[in-house]
Amino acid sequence: MEREGYPAPGFRLPTPGYPMQTLEPILVEHPFFKGLEPRYLQLIVGCASNVRFDSGQFIFREGEEANQFYLLRQGKVALEVFSPERGAITLQTLGEGEVLGWSWLFPPYRWHFDARVLEPLRAIAFDGECLRTKCEEDHDLGYELVKRVAHIVIQRLQATRLQLLDIYGLHS
Amino acid sequence: MAFILERSMPTTNLPDPMLPDLYRVQRVRQETHDTFTLELEPMSSEQQVAAKGVSFVAGQFNMLYIFGVGEVPISISGNPTPRKVGVSPPRFVHTTRAVGTVTKAMGKLKRGDVLGVRGPFGSHWPMEETVGKDIVMVAGGIGLAPLRPALYQFLSQRENYKRIILLYGTRSPADILYRRELEQWRARFDLEVQVTVDQARGAWHGNVGVVTTLIPRISFDPLRTIALICGPEIMMRFTILELQKHGVGKENIFISMERNMKCAIGFCGHCQFGPTFICKDGPVFRYDRIQEWFGKREI
Ligand SMILES: Cc1cc2nc3c(=O)[nH]c(=O)nc-3n(C[C@H](O)[C@H](O)[C@H](O)COP(=O)(O)OP(=O)(O)OC[C@H]3O[C@@H](n4cnc5c(N)ncnc54)[C@H](O)[C@@H]3O)c2cc1C
Ligand code: FES
Repeated sequence: MEREGYPAPGFRLPTPGYPMQTLEPILVEHPFFKGLEPRYLQLIVGCASNVRFDSGQFIFREGEEANQFYLLRQGKVALEVFSPERGAITLQTLGEGEVLGWSWLFPPYRWHFDARVLEPLRAIAFDGECLRTKCEEDHDLGYELVKRVAHIVIQRLQATRLQLLDIYGLHS
Repeated sequence: MAFILERSMPTTNLPDPMLPDLYRVQRVRQETHDTFTLELEPMSSEQQVAAKGVSFVAGQFNMLYIFGVGEVPISISGNPTPRKVGVSPPRFVHTTRAVGTVTKAMGKLKRGDVLGVRGPFGSHWPMEETVGKDIVMVAGGIGLAPLRPALYQFLSQRENYKRIILLYGTRSPADILYRRELEQWRARFDLEVQVTVDQARGAWHGNVGVVTTLIPRISFDPLRTIALICGPEIMMRFTILELQKHGVGKENIFISMERNMKCAIGFCGHCQFGPTFICKDGPVFRYDRIQEWFGKREI
């Protein structure tokens, strides 16, 4: 992963709060934060940083600690599960305007799948721990975020159900 | 939406719509492991002359008769734009998935084999109403075949439309229909094509997820959009919900329905759907006109 503006490897993550001026307008535009009160955005932006991933890179792997989530700005990423018999199986692909990852919000904070980049990805990464702390401090903000994340979880659940139904199959 | 058969026919002796014309298989293309496309040419020269007047409108279907096996309705998937008379004989193009007795027998036909054709029948995609609009086509599985004629027509008069978007969902990368053509369409700047599959292994770099997941990813003006949907009923139900969520009105959504058919001319009642017959009132319906019966178990 490369932090934008820090192309050389080995740079430390920007400290929370650093990219405040540049990221807030991007967050306002992103569908995930649509309509969120500006005061909450100001709180959240402190946990955000711009990131980039190259094709083939893994953003996270199954079982690892889930401490981020990503608002995707450009590119494409595949959620995969690996089976020794069948290799990597793609469950879903996500792209621009979508959100990657909700395991940061619910214990035990572990990723359930691998996330592999298919097309060079630009995203805004949020530090999950930082956000969780803010949600604990301000439950109104917490409720807002939980509602938004729950909405995504519901959408994914519906899509998964349709996938399981084999809707293009012979007996659908 | 009634369709008038344009045939040169003796006025005193109307042809029997139950009597098939003979067609010869001119070309067979295996599209996927279970789906194939047949190009059919009228057999007799007399018929050939008559057939120059045979035209169809995007969305219509023919009854294809495999002698000794049975007859099935199959949509016309070729180009409806009229050919120049005399340049090449008119052809019907049909893409079929082998699912049962008749379609499996059809899948065994070779170039030169003969089959019976009745049609074209049924209503069509609302080509007149699409002019000046954004067009969103959503296809599921074999449902891409009945939409292809509409796309050919839109592209032949590209200047008449604003955005044209094709969303296509199918089971796996191996089930993708018209692969080469899809690639050509994707390369065009004036057409947006998105393909998604339900399941994929590592080598597939395209989208994974059902076709409804593509709808939030496209940009279109819901207030000036006409949506054309074709696929299994369950896929169409969820697609309609998603389009409505994005602001597309029921009166601007058109779907193509399937039911068992026998006569295809409104006599036998096999294709009854609420108070309508799919063979003559459909297969293409405006959604608000059938929503009451759509998705009802008893119908
Ligand atoms: C207006 C209209 C247009 C159509 N256009 C096309 C087309 O362009 N291409 C195409 O491949 N098919 C199309 N069909 C569907 C096609 O008519 C059927 O697949 C065919 O009639 C099946 O006949 P069969 O004798 O092969 O199968 P049957 O022996 O009747 O059925 C065998 C098995 O397949 C199942 N089955 C039958 N039909 C379908 C189906 N449509 N989808 C999934 N499972 C099915 C049955 O439930 C059964 O289990 C269209 C149908 C209609 C009404
Ligand atoms: S198929 Fe006979 S009424 Fe429609």
